[in-house]
Amino acid sequence: MSSDFFIPDPEGHLPSTEGYFGAFGGKFIPEALVAAVDEVAEEYEKAKADPEFARELDDLMVNYTGRPSALTEVPRFAEHAGGARIFLKREDLNHTGSHKINNVLGQALLTKRMGKTRVIAETGAGQHGVATATACALFGLECTIYMGEIDTQRQALNVARMRMLGAEVIAVKSGSRTLKDAINEAFRDWVANVDRTHYLFGTVAGPHPFPALVRDFHRVIGVEARRQIIERAGRLPDAAVACVGGGSNAIGLFHAFLPDESVRLIGCEPGGHGVESGEHAATLTEGTPGILHGSRSYVLQDEDGQITEPYSISAGLDYPGIGPEHSYLKDAGRAEYRAVTDDAAMQALRLLSETEGIIPAIESAHALAGALELGRELGKDGLIVVNLSGRGDKDMDTAARYFGLYDAPADDAVEADDTDATDTALGAHQEGTK
Amino acid sequence: MAGNLELLSSVLAGAKAEGRAALVGYLPAGFPTVDGGIRAVTAMIEGGCDVVEVGLPHSDPVLDGPVIQTADDIALRGGVKIVDVIRTVREAHAATGAPVLCMTYWNPVDAYGVERFAADLAAAGGAGCILPDLPVEESEVWRKAAEQHGLATVFVVAPSSKDARLAKITAAGSGFVYAASLMGVTGTRESVGREAQDLVERTRATPAARRGLPVCVGLGVSNAEQAAEVAQFADGVIVGSAFVKQLLAHEGDLEAGLAGVRELAGDLAKGVRA
Repeated sequence: MSSDFFIPDPEGHLPSTEGYFGAFGGKFIPEALVAAVDEVAEEYEKAKADPEFARELDDLMVNYTGRPSALTEVPRFAEHAGGARIFLKREDLNHTGSHKINNVLGQALLTKRMGKTRVIAETGAGQHGVATATACALFGLECTIYMGEIDTQRQALNVARMRMLGAEVIAVKSGSRTLKDAINEAFRDWVANVDRTHYLFGTVAGPHPFPALVRDFHRVIGVEARRQIIERAGRLPDAAVACVGGGSNAIGLFHAFLPDESVRLIGCEPGGHGVESGEHAATLTEGTPGILHGSRSYVLQDEDGQITEPYSISAGLDYPGIGPEHSYLKDAGRAEYRAVTDDAAMQALRLLSETEGIIPAIESAHALAGALELGRELGKDGLIVVNLSGRGDKDMDTAARYFGLYDAPADDAVEADDTDATDTALGAHQEGTK
Repeated sequence: MAGNLELLSSVLAGAKAEGRAALVGYLPAGFPTVDGGIRAVTAMIEGGCDVVEVGLPHSDPVLDGPVIQTADDIALRGGVKIVDVIRTVREAHAATGAPVLCMTYWNPVDAYGVERFAADLAAAGGAGCILPDLPVEESEVWRKAAEQHGLATVFVVAPSSKDARLAKITAAGSGFVYAASLMGVTGTRESVGREAQDLVERTRATPAARRGLPVCVGLGVSNAEQAAEVAQFADGVIVGSAFVKQLLAHEGDLEAGLAGVRELAGDLAKGVRA
């Protein structure tokens, strides 16, 4: 079987049959979900061996998603990165506006194969929720999306998109009211409705087989990027850079470069107000190994194993866990992880917009900020590929408030000078939401 | 000091000898306060529970419904720590002599240290652990420690568990096996379905159960009628959210809450003897 876009990692690689990447991964789930999770694993193995599955997915990737995605060089942006050459892998140009659609279409096909009629999913920024709602509309599946209440507010546009697509969106009010709690609630739903429901998990975390399965559906990102950068720059990059929340777009970019030892793999974690402030979601930088949402990986937790509340300006990265393969790559020394603050990410968002005409998602802006820093380290000969995992339309309200881009209400603006009015009227900086 | 697995087994056998099901009550530690929680757990036993489970409150209780989530939140906001959970086990057991188990998600045990947790629980007079998100495949490290310290390892089985898994799970477990009456999270339900009885029958057919491992049923049971119904086919009836509700209903008035807990335990104790 050969496929241009569905390119799972070859047999015999990680994870082990028990779902372990070294010390990380596994399957820590309630007994009530064991049969369902095993069914997903079995169906995925069958699908991998079925040329019809690859054909169907390829067709969708080309004619629905719009793959392959472009690789765009951004020289004006790169001037701010010490002159290194920077290329963006344009997952933002996919249908629905992010990389998430790659995994969603794969799992939606699996859902159909399993004969299930209902799909549930968690979402942080709403990108996975929008992609899932899209696939459910396309395939005629019932769709319920769980989203933390705070995230429904800061990503209101995506809530409207999901509802427009026919999905039910449930605002989760428990815990920190963000992505972690949306996943908890989705698991509770799954336990109760597992007969007819597939949990379309959105990142490379969760119990086995999700970390491997979601990774495989995203491997296309790195496979394409590797081919494209060699065509365009004549060599492998010095580094591949991506943001990491749960880690799906990063693993998608990194994986094809794993055997290329000269290529540094750099994940940019949400540093929030700075890791020293305690208000961040930099799991690999500050966490310790533990179990969250079905697998062993690095986790932000206290000494009693209670998960601590994360913080990031980016709803999609605001998560106290990380996919187990990233934990493995960190401990193996194959990938590096850095924390990028809210402010560095927001400045990079604005810089890319103004220099290249591309408005990135706040999530992806963390990778851009990381690339700016790395470019200065590498110098003029540096060559960097950045995964631009999503577009920034959904973040316009947050960004407009952050940079004071809204016009002041007419009454207040009368006596103020133009610039000051926009900067002060709505408050230049949106502080953390909690 | 060895844990109280044998005490647990003899109490369950004693109920069986009386021709009835045992009554197992659950409350989280630290709820509404650590000292209040100790009194509440003790009140469940004084009211008529044969066995109690002390919950270790968790930040992410994915298998619990809104009632226990609320109690866990209150306990964690009050600052409950694992050492307080252990103290709750110690004091409830010391006051009553009843078998006291700990029910916990796996991550707190993993973080505290598996060996340390088993040693401390046993030293407190604990009878064992119920580990609802630790599947049997990942349980070896815990079972070793539990066995060494004389603690029960209570696994959960679900209506979706296939027969081969039931055999595997019951073979690895000790004390009793916790049969989830339905597919879902904790919380009171209008009725306990036929699913529960089917699961108990299939679980009883496993070699371990035939050798005497008791099968107790939990999830959804909240009143004497339901307890009586479940007692017809199970070795034990497990009640959790209904006890939590008693304390939540009397928030701010611990004495009234404790009276409610005692009264409910008494009703349920009549139910399992009906």
